[in-house]
Amino acid sequence: MDERQPFRSAVLLLVWSWLLLLVLLPNLLVIAASFATRDPQDFLSLPVTLESYQRLINPLYLGVFTHSLYMAAMTTLLCLLIGYPFAWALSRVDKRWQTLLMILLIVPFWTNSLVRTYAIKLLLASNGLINNLLQSVGLIDAPITMLYTEGAVIAGLVYLLLPFMILPLYTVFEDLRDDLLQASHDLGAGRMATFVRVVIPLTLPGVIAGVLLVLLPAMGMFYVADVLGGAKNLLVGNVIKNQFLDARDWPFGAAASVLLTVAMAVLILAYGLSRRRIGQETVE
Amino acid sequence: MNQTLLSLRGISKHYGGRAVLKALDLDILDGEFLTLLGPSGCGKTTLLRLLAGFERPDSGTLTLSGQDITSIPPERRPLNTVFQQYALFPHLTVAGNVAYGLRMEKRPEAEIAQRVTEALAMVQLAELAERKPHQLSGGQQQRVAIARAVIKRPKLLLLDEPLSALDYKLRRQMQIELKRLQRELGITFVFVTHDQEEALSMSDRVVVLRDGEVQQLGTPREVYERPTNLFTARFVGETNLFPATVKAINGDRIALDVRGLSRDLRKPTFQVSVGEQVNVLLRPEDIRVLAADADYGFAGTVIERNYKGSTLDSLIRLEDGNEVLASEFFDEDDPAFDYSLGEQVRVSWVDGWEWMLPVANGDAAGALDG
Repeated sequence: MDERQPFRSAVLLLVWSWLLLLVLLPNLLVIAASFATRDPQDFLSLPVTLESYQRLINPLYLGVFTHSLYMAAMTTLLCLLIGYPFAWALSRVDKRWQTLLMILLIVPFWTNSLVRTYAIKLLLASNGLINNLLQSVGLIDAPITMLYTEGAVIAGLVYLLLPFMILPLYTVFEDLRDDLLQASHDLGAGRMATFVRVVIPLTLPGVIAGVLLVLLPAMGMFYVADVLGGAKNLLVGNVIKNQFLDARDWPFGAAASVLLTVAMAVLILAYGLSRRRIGQETVE
Repeated sequence: MNQTLLSLRGISKHYGGRAVLKALDLDILDGEFLTLLGPSGCGKTTLLRLLAGFERPDSGTLTLSGQDITSIPPERRPLNTVFQQYALFPHLTVAGNVAYGLRMEKRPEAEIAQRVTEALAMVQLAELAERKPHQLSGGQQQRVAIARAVIKRPKLLLLDEPLSALDYKLRRQMQIELKRLQRELGITFVFVTHDQEEALSMSDRVVVLRDGEVQQLGTPREVYERPTNLFTARFVGETNLFPATVKAINGDRIALDVRGLSRDLRKPTFQVSVGEQVNVLLRPEDIRVLAADADYGFAGTVIERNYKGSTLDSLIRLEDGNEVLASEFFDEDDPAFDYSLGEQVRVSWVDGWEWMLPVANGDAAGALDG
């Protein structure tokens, strides 16, 4: 078979080597590093220890984690609340409008997200666009503090991550057949009952995929917290970055990374289970 | 049986300036199996969707048992639909799908369980209750769709080409089963199809639709044997058309010149006058193919022969260039009966087996393509 399909084998080899070298190996190194001892010169040294994980339970870091999780969860919730109706509308509008809306959704990707984060800073600053506008209209007398707040971080994260919620939702809404909704109405279900019993279950895989794509990056996008959040609103990503670049504590940074990876694995598992429940993985 | 269950008056529907239904009137009788038959684009599916409530007519009224339901949404209409692609909920089991309508009525769970079991037994799927739709074959999915639609005991069941996705054998089987269900449940069926054979074999009455207008409404026999116009004649079954001129009228007989042959036939039900053109229609099975030395009929040549199992269908080109399709049953006395291509024959028919239609303005050759 290999001789008859050289191209296929070559492509598979390439993909597998890519995954092994650039995904599996680095992750194994991170896991290994999380069990090592900190070394000021060589970054890592023996003996093997669980100390980094013990330090993660420290109330200070636990606080950062829960606050980061809270901000990421708020971001995810907002993305879901905005993205769900948007994706539904996107899948139901005229093809012409669909293309236009898709372009509007994708165009921001052409600008680096760090640059876009600074753009948000310009909007939110005390002498920024929003405050100036509100003051000139006379709605407020003094600038509102928006920058360096929890809200600013969440706003930045929502702005950057919303497309990642909309795209998987759009796919499930595209697959949602009209005749299923009609069948539901035909059998006596009103709009609300149809939404709860048919639309939500059938779009759940998209919701979970969107949550996956938003929640985890929302905990890791350290530059958003750096630019918009000030000192108090740290993300797990900030902790990891600080440990690797500033504190030079690789084992601890690695342990924090492993924690994020485990969280991701749990979510992906949940996603797989929900798809199986709907039985879509075996549909022709 | 004879009482009107649902009546449509002046129903019109346009899509983007195109009239799909044109001021349609129709009475659906209680307990009947009514088929909407027509080519694609004739408006039959739109009509069904209007009955279900998925679409609203631009004008006209729908009255169900004396109640105006024109603007009532589908969830409050006492009728159910079997969808073309079945539209089973993929996240629910077979039992969950069938129970859906009763859950919406907030019936007690014990009653739901019992009625679901009954409905699944009725379509012979009791043992598959816990399967998911994607684990079922097309025919089984079809049965689930039917069980789900009849469990609420609707007054009217709408079926949108429900058999079109099945292979021929399964189709025949489901046709028989649907007829059985309809008899047992006593529910009025409105069945949409483009398959004239299916329409004839299943229905109590057939509505032939074309471009949003009713061409004919009648029993399968009426539609097949006494079509009211050339469209119906050609869409429902195969038809041979012989233009003829009226030579004389003698009481209930008329003398016709059919392509140079004189025939003395029964006078048609419509008005005729001497010198007028009429169309003489003959079904392929009414055509008699005679030996070349017969002293009557049209002379022609066999240009095609098709062995159909129970019949032999042959296409005969007449001397004037027109073609006649004949369908003959095999005879026990002559099992080897066959024609060779190019064989000279004569073509005729038994008096009284023909059907006559007036030549109307709209019957130009181009308008006849069904």
